[in-house]
Amino acid sequence: MDLMEKNLELVEIQKLEGHTDRVWSVAWNPVSSHADGVSPILASCSGDSTVRIWEQSSLSRSWTCKTVLEETHTRTVRSCAWSPSGQLLATASFDGTTGIWKNYGSEFDCISTLEGHENEVKSVSWNASGSHLATCSRDKSVWIWEVLEGNEYDCAAVLTGHTQDVKMVQWHPTMDVLFSCSYDNTIKVWWSEDDDGEYQCVQTLGESNNGHSSTVWSISFNAAGDKMVTCSDDLTLKIWGTDIARMQSGEDYAPWIHLCTLSGYHDRTIYSAHWSRDDIIASGAGDNAIRLFVDSKDDSVDGPSYNLLLRKNKAHENDVNSVQWSPGEGNRLLASASDDGMVKIWQLATKP
Amino acid sequence: MVTGLINENPIIYPKKERRLRTDTSTTDEDIKDPEHPNTLEDLRVVTEDSVEVDDENSYVRVTFTPTVEHCSMATVIGLCVRVKLLRSLPSRYKIDIRVAPGSHATEDALNKQLNDKERVAAALENPNLVEMVDECLPSEE
Repeated sequence: MDLMEKNLELVEIQKLEGHTDRVWSVAWNPVSSHADGVSPILASCSGDSTVRIWEQSSLSRSWTCKTVLEETHTRTVRSCAWSPSGQLLATASFDGTTGIWKNYGSEFDCISTLEGHENEVKSVSWNASGSHLATCSRDKSVWIWEVLEGNEYDCAAVLTGHTQDVKMVQWHPTMDVLFSCSYDNTIKVWWSEDDDGEYQCVQTLGESNNGHSSTVWSISFNAAGDKMVTCSDDLTLKIWGTDIARMQSGEDYAPWIHLCTLSGYHDRTIYSAHWSRDDIIASGAGDNAIRLFVDSKDDSVDGPSYNLLLRKNKAHENDVNSVQWSPGEGNRLLASASDDGMVKIWQLATKP
Repeated sequence: MVTGLINENPIIYPKKERRLRTDTSTTDEDIKDPEHPNTLEDLRVVTEDSVEVDDENSYVRVTFTPTVEHCSMATVIGLCVRVKLLRSLPSRYKIDIRVAPGSHATEDALNKQLNDKERVAAALENPNLVEMVDECLPSEE
């Protein structure tokens, strides 16, 4: 399908009200989608120190808050992430801990609390197999945790190298390569050459290699895992690429190179970028707007270029902190979270 | 904490005649300096001209001038100004806070820190910092 030829719009399906402070982040449960006959589930976390679990009714199609995870974190819950099985939810908090919640369907129990960071934990990410977690903090470090039997979590590595707060960690979608981005304007790539868990920083993408010139807020990968998008306080989005076949063959580390920079689309800090399974990049920013981009398919000698597919001004009444595409195939939903305390569900639809 | 004042002898300027404001009323002038009994206006850290308000575009920019180049209180002053604006302005406003060009030794680092909303949010969850900020702000009527 040629997206550029379609007259597309982002239709607001529902506004999810409940949080009493800014909403920092949203995460779709990876195993729930209409395609599987299971209702979609979304988690959102907030400055009100809680996490809310939202579910769409398969009958009425309307979203309701199923449960509120509270009284565990004492400060802002900055980010949350579902394990690949959808059975566990990890929550990173400014209280310095990471909570692990077990999903019993109708209720959630906090089964583990990961302690170790000196101060605010800002992001948490599961690797593709669900065997490891990564967390990062204002203490400038990135921690890798191994998931053991009996709800035990063991710190497998403490990675240092960033010179300032680490804003986000993200595992590669298929391989055990970890990415982190920071207030120090760089993206670092962590990899264990010998599979022995000795993670090293194998690459730093900074301003000198066409990287960002201010805080890098988020990282997202395309489905194939050979491209990555990053967004920044420098008001740009950057697309990076690698030779994924070389890495998958186990030959050696294939470096990431800058492919292109998308600038001039947002007026204030871009907090979130997310790449959908069908190759649409969504971005959310401090200008209250959401933008969608697609590959223009006319690669020049300079590499690929991306076109603006759609602009949604005033998507929220305040900063957009997080945009996330639903994992389901075909049913293209986007969730967004904002400083206005709202979570919104959007559908990408053809204009009537 | 601070032993001895960073600026022992600040210049105190005469108060300006307060003119009636027709735009969104901001009262940054009444914020107290973290280490002196004077207000930021008395010390000309913040002046009326240093506050730009673009009501139509819901935008406010405050440029403040620390009294000394190495003022370690600059982050607290910046935080006070931000909290004051957050409490007085409708939430639709975007707020940028900066130190005047050339007025501080670590200008870029300071500007970056003052405008990182995640750092500001974390700072405002710190009871000691909030207490410090509250002491600088006039009691809300």
